[in-house]
Amino acid sequence: MAAESSAPAQPAGPSGEPNHGIRIFIPWLILSVVADVLIWVVWGPHLPPGDMSSSASNQQFDIKVMAVMAAPVMLFVLVYFVYALTVWRHREGDEEDGPPIHGNTRVSATWITLSSVIVLALFVFGTVELVTVQGAGSGEGASPVFNTGVSSHPLQVQVIAQQWKFTYRYPQFGGFETTHLVLPVGEWVEFHVTSIDVIHSFWAYQLGVKADANPGVDNVAYTKINNAGTITVRCAELCGLWHGAMFDYGQAVSLSAFDSWARGTETQLASVTKILPPYALTYDPTVVAQMSKAMVAAGLTGGAGLYYPPNDPAQP
Amino acid sequence: MSLPARVSLLVVAFLAVVAIGAFVVLHYFLGGPPTEDYASGVTPNTGAVVHVVMQEDAQNTVSTHPDWVSYFIQNPKTKAWVHTTLFQVPAGSRIDMTIYGFDGCTPLRNNLWGQVTGTIGDVEYVNGKAVHQLNSYSGCNVGHTFSIPGINLNAPMGTSSNPNANLCATSPCSPATTPKSVYKVMTFSFNSPHATGTYFWQCRVPCGGGFVTGFGGPMQTFGFMTGNMEVVS
Repeated sequence: MAAESSAPAQPAGPSGEPNHGIRIFIPWLILSVVADVLIWVVWGPHLPPGDMSSSASNQQFDIKVMAVMAAPVMLFVLVYFVYALTVWRHREGDEEDGPPIHGNTRVSATWITLSSVIVLALFVFGTVELVTVQGAGSGEGASPVFNTGVSSHPLQVQVIAQQWKFTYRYPQFGGFETTHLVLPVGEWVEFHVTSIDVIHSFWAYQLGVKADANPGVDNVAYTKINNAGTITVRCAELCGLWHGAMFDYGQAVSLSAFDSWARGTETQLASVTKILPPYALTYDPTVVAQMSKAMVAAGLTGGAGLYYPPNDPAQP
Repeated sequence: MSLPARVSLLVVAFLAVVAIGAFVVLHYFLGGPPTEDYASGVTPNTGAVVHVVMQEDAQNTVSTHPDWVSYFIQNPKTKAWVHTTLFQVPAGSRIDMTIYGFDGCTPLRNNLWGQVTGTIGDVEYVNGKAVHQLNSYSGCNVGHTFSIPGINLNAPMGTSSNPNANLCATSPCSPATTPKSVYKVMTFSFNSPHATGTYFWQCRVPCGGGFVTGFGGPMQTFGFMTGNMEVVS
């Protein structure tokens, strides 16, 4: 048989076959160690979403762990594949059938056990990572429970989504509202994400924060800003014609620079702040609708002067 | 079925598929309203002044959606009103906008957009009166907005408190023949970006009646309440 005649004389089993298990295991082990070191040391620090915030750096750590665990699995498949192609390939003149394949309890038990261990370990790891790092940057709803470690007085920033722009209110600075997201380095931030029309999703990429923006819902997410830099904010929920253009760029700056900006903006926007609704965790469009109806009743509006409620599509 | 018949059927089916594909491409992707060219004959990046004229009507009598609120743009050469929301301006120029407001009022969903931003001096003029912000919750004074998010431009359109302000029976409305008490004239200026490209604009008033949250239909259709400003050089 061609396969037997060309097989090297290295570790051989009782039947004369080389010890394929060892020959697969050794290169897999070497490649796995090298790959994991490269992933952790070289690639890891550059994995998304970076380390601008606590949630971002934790997500980067999680991805590194996932990659380190996934690499040996992927490499085993590749090594086995290459080994099979090389050693067990069909050779010229070999017309003989391959040996019959029987079940191998030891092999089956091994891969089932290993797969179970890996999956359960990742389950425990994921749960711990969600709980211990303040929700991992995701929206936790109106009553967040994963807030251990958050400072008692975080900076509150309300994110208001609307077709097709995010605006930001700072209730601790008079409740001014602006189109610019500015955050201080070294401080905890408590985002309150809501919408005043359809469903959006607030995704601050470099912060590792992503929270759905639903009308009538206060969705809370936490993060602590670690480094200064530019923050890309995108809507991550298809929300209409200009969804793709619903993005802006925020800034993480020093605490002193933030304080200066916030107080300056509070003063600059004082007049428009006066005509905004009082700060609230959500804004009910029907309030405006009632105002509008009153205006219509008073004959102040034109025929189309009506605020269309969320449940429209009935013609007004 | 004979061979010639089968071949003929195959050819007909093939041509039908090609025709449907061509129709979809031409009708949905290449079709649409025309672009009004305010850039030709103007040297870009020189600060030249370009005067863009538009109007907003409560309805229109020129489309298959007569109950949709709509903008019109004046052709710079013929001065004819064109049912489109696409226009072209030169880069690095001063754009003087005039918008005739023929519609009634609708409260803003977010009163922040009552603030004038992105114009030269952060000011607009409503019937010649300087305005920095309009409160749409306190009275009937905001019809629509002209907003270009890419350059942080937001100009709320003032409206007449005349309850018949939206009753322009035939669109486009005529500023010359319509009594001045019915409509308002908004003027403002802004600098076009030096970077060429497409800058979309929209109205921030939920004026798409009959659609979810008032932001469907005309609010998301070129030729009505949203469009593009093409900046060219």
